Parts: sequence; structure tokens; C-alpha cells
Amino acid sequence: MKLVRISGEAIDGAAELAPLAALGGGAVASFTGIARNDDDVVAIELEHYPAMTEAILIALMDEAFARWSLLGGVLIHRVGYIAVSEPIVLVGTTASHRAEALEACAFLIDRLKTDAPFWKKEHRADGSAQWVEPKASDGDRSNKWR
Amino acid sequence: MRLIYFARVREAIGFDAENRELPSELQTVGDCVAWLAAQADNYASAFADPSRLRYALDQQLVWEETLLEGADELAIFPPVTGG
Repeated sequence: MKLVRISGEAIDGAAELAPLAALGGGAVASFTGIARNDDDVVAIELEHYPAMTEAILIALMDEAFARWSLLGGVLIHRVGYIAVSEPIVLVGTTASHRAEALEACAFLIDRLKTDAPFWKKEHRADGSAQWVEPKASDGDRSNKWR
Repeated sequence: MRLIYFARVREAIGFDAENRELPSELQTVGDCVAWLAAQADNYASAFADPSRLRYALDQQLVWEETLLEGADELAIFPPVTGG
């Protein structure tokens, strides 16, 4: 089971991960990225390149399945306005044993951060807004998997 | 060619997409960006720091040196920050 979705709707982590648990593996790993409450940020706006984003996420999921013995994977990313403390991204993987599920999950989020065409803008309580700058450490973590 | 812009680049240019006839001597993505930057101040400002630009040609990530070679769509955008 592979599922990739880009959505303007809130992500229900428990509901999205339940089908992975039902696949019969002994391990489900997941990562949830949350809109962080930094410096009066009230919401994150997520822009993306629709013609490209889904293809990149599908390619990452395919690569994860090629590298690890996965039984299933989900990769869901929100776009549009996201209030702080709501999920932005959910990655879930399932395998027979934890090492494969955990590694594949880390691979998917690390590579999504550097390869998928999404851009975050932080909206603050005073009405100001600022584009988020990429972190050098994101590039380092992503390159580890190449 | 269809030119599309995202995030900070889109805001600096003032719109999100356009169709343009490019001079035939433009060979690479970098040539195209330099040519656009010379057309008007909004492009010059959006493309002022090439180290902060990324490119996709027909929805594939490419580099400044990549040849345009009849591609239909060039996207110009800042480094990505999803996840």
C-alpha cells in the first residue's frame, strides 16, 4: 500500500496510520511535522508547485520501497493556511521490523524537505508575514541518504 | 516558453506566470534568467542573488547550466522549505 496526498484539509494522523497497522507488519513508524509556535507566528501558509509536487512525492515513496522492505507507506502534505500546532506533514511506514520502518520514515521526511517544491510563509499576530529560509542542516540530513 | 514563479520570486516579480518568446541565442536556464533580469527592475530584484534561486524545466529540477533545448515550462523559485 502506497499513499501520497497533497491536501488543503486537516490531517487526521490516527485515521491515516490505521490502514498501515492493518497490513500485518510488526512495526509502524511515523513522523508528524507541526506548524511551530515561534515568535508570535499564528499560521503557516504553504505554497507548492502542483504540476511537480505529487510526482516528486511519488518518486520518493517508490525509492523508499526500493531501498527497504516496506509493507506500506503514507506521505501526506498540507497546503494553504495552517494554524499553529496543526500538522503540516505526516509520514508513515510499516515493515516487518522496526529498523526498516524507522529508516524509511526518516528518509522520506529528510528528502521531502530538500526535494519537494513547497514553500512556507510565517504569518504573525501583528499581520506581518515572512518566507521561511531553508536550514543548512536540512541539506546535510537529506544528503546522508544519497 | 511558459515561465512560472513561486514564493519570494513570485512576489518580487508581481505575478505567478507568463508566456514569453525567448531570443533564440539563449541556451541555458542561466542565460534565460540573466536575460529576464535585464528586461525590467522587478526581474532584476527577484533574481539578484542566484545562490538563492532554484529551477525546474518541464517539472524536473535542473541547474543554471542546464540547456533549455525546446522545453515548454521553466519554473524559477527559492530553495524549498516544505515538511
